[in-house]
Amino acid sequence: MAPRTLFDKIWDHHVVETLPDGTSILYIDRHLLHEVTSPQAFEGLRLAGRKLRHPEMTMAVVDHNVPTSDRTKPIEEPESRNQIETLERNVKEFGVPYFPLLSASQGIVHVVGPEQGISLPGMTIVCGDSHTSTHGAMGSLAFGIGTSEVEHVMATQTILQRPAKNMRVTVEGELAPGVSAKDVMLAIIGHIGTAGGTGHVIEFAGSAIRGLDMAGRMTICNMSIEAGARAGLVAPDDTTFDYVRNRPFAPKGEDFENAVTFWRTLATDDGAHFDKEVSLRAEDIAPSLTWGTSPETVLPITGTVPDPAQEPDESKRVQMQRMLDYMGLEAGQKIAGTPVDVVFIGSCTNSRIEDLRAAAQVAAGRKVADGVRAMIVPGSGLVKMQAEEEGLDQIFLDAGFEWREAGCSMCLGMNPDKLTPGQRCASTSNRNFEGRQGPGGRTHLLSPAMAAAAAVTGCLTDSRELV
Amino acid sequence: MEKFTTLSAVAAALPEDNIDTDKIIPARFLKTTQRTGLGKYAFDSMRYRPDGSENPDFILNKAPWRNAEILVTYDNLGCGSSREHAPWALLDFGIRCVIAPSFADIFFNNCFKNGILPIKLPREVCDQLMSDSTMGSNARLTIDLPRQVVIRPDGEEVPFEIDPFRKHMLLEGLDDIGQTLQHETEIKSFEHKVAGERPWMPTITLD
Ligand code: SF4
Repeated sequence: MAPRTLFDKIWDHHVVETLPDGTSILYIDRHLLHEVTSPQAFEGLRLAGRKLRHPEMTMAVVDHNVPTSDRTKPIEEPESRNQIETLERNVKEFGVPYFPLLSASQGIVHVVGPEQGISLPGMTIVCGDSHTSTHGAMGSLAFGIGTSEVEHVMATQTILQRPAKNMRVTVEGELAPGVSAKDVMLAIIGHIGTAGGTGHVIEFAGSAIRGLDMAGRMTICNMSIEAGARAGLVAPDDTTFDYVRNRPFAPKGEDFENAVTFWRTLATDDGAHFDKEVSLRAEDIAPSLTWGTSPETVLPITGTVPDPAQEPDESKRVQMQRMLDYMGLEAGQKIAGTPVDVVFIGSCTNSRIEDLRAAAQVAAGRKVADGVRAMIVPGSGLVKMQAEEEGLDQIFLDAGFEWREAGCSMCLGMNPDKLTPGQRCASTSNRNFEGRQGPGGRTHLLSPAMAAAAAVTGCLTDSRELV
Repeated sequence: MEKFTTLSAVAAALPEDNIDTDKIIPARFLKTTQRTGLGKYAFDSMRYRPDGSENPDFILNKAPWRNAEILVTYDNLGCGSSREHAPWALLDFGIRCVIAPSFADIFFNNCFKNGILPIKLPREVCDQLMSDSTMGSNARLTIDLPRQVVIRPDGEEVPFEIDPFRKHMLLEGLDDIGQTLQHETEIKSFEHKVAGERPWMPTITLD
């Protein structure tokens, strides 16, 4: 057999049948549901009198709409409440394993899946949410789908797909101290652009990627979508297997050993063909952040805001100017030192325990600057508990951060956590589009350490100066 | 999905170009958790007056067009946002067939996905059908999908084109799901094979 990539192998393992027009019926191992994109799909099943084919391969959790403040009180917004109650009725009716709002295991679907051992190497994983790519860090093929497709998976445990092209992004070398996975991914997106991965599944490879822990790999795969890719993957290795071992829903004992034997066969073969290859040197990557309203507008924290006048392409020039105006920045200004109003540490990109530790390291013994609102929203109830065991909550509370319950929160502002017009936010999330975190809000995407540094200094700051 | 074979029904004319999906169903009704029940919001801005009462001049508020199952319009029907709520709203209102000189792509596809037959006919023919429709219940249009003709009240037959695969899907009442389920044997045997090859594959069960 010709050498194959990791993606090719997972794909081949899941093709039920290829139809004459080239579309494949692809088998799905894990279907993850949340309250916003599932209700019409459940209703469709009900109307057609169909069953959920495999509830035991499905998992549901509430995250997008949930309040991250006191949860013992009823949810105030009627539409949010309705979506949550609808999910609760649906999971009951169809027998779907569900992590309810008040359970410690509740959290952002893309944090919960790996944490529970529900997302495993070699699997196909889908969810009605674009950041499903996060689970690719497990060495699985994971991607977002629309509501009609959600229903299709519910009824058939398959999806109709054409294979994507293979792309490899290699980062060789050693990351400098104070440089995190988020900086690596921002640098990659800055380099290849938001369309760089279009039509492709990206495999992230190289010694710098292999050197990352699972949280870091998840941060990278999470933002594959912002690079335009269908999905992102990292080959499963000992780091992966150590992470998976003993997770609640992972195989146990001999099953686990057999699984590992299989998972070891998945790595890309030598000489496998990639349609597109990009490589970066780890040493060249500095703590980074975005200055504009597209995830590709990346700068090192030591950099200056670019000048539209230097841009030869007319339409790009206009777009850059519009971004500067929206963001309230001047061409040529140093990005460091720009004052912020809000700091958000959370989202499926950066809300795991490792992220909170990195932020706490910067926040310890310092105070949130006057006039800055800083919040920490752990990715799951379990992350929150772990942080509390380690005393991180106390570090944050002493410094003046808000310590919240798990959910999507200010990543998309569907719950009451929103920016107000003109507010500038240092955010560890993944999207900086106009209005994403609230109408008129200005978002700078950056790492947890950089976000914490912004909180305690009151402005965008090189986190390396504080550790 | 309901099968579509022949339909003999009252047709309503909306002689406008570019009826977008926002007109078919405004954005404020998208926070729903259902795809049924949207019929009451179909054409909201045309159908109701600002005080919420029915606009008596709007065609779908008049007998017999209140019961129309066919809609005839001008060019570019269903343009704008890709929301699948637009065909959901039409279907829930009772529309099973839309006829226009041209359609927006996504809306056109979404119609098929939801058991609505979109038919492309030249503008002059649409004009004739619109004029037929003014005769109301005395002038039902008949859509014969197997023979691919629209039959006018005077018996004249107007042929139309349709992709053979989509025709098959509508005639059999198959959506993508129904289509995939026809491969049930293959899916089953795949599941069987995996259970043999990867017996360690865990399931998710909560106590
Ligand atoms: S945290 Fe943000 S990006 Fe992640 S699933 Fe929630 S809303 Fe989507």
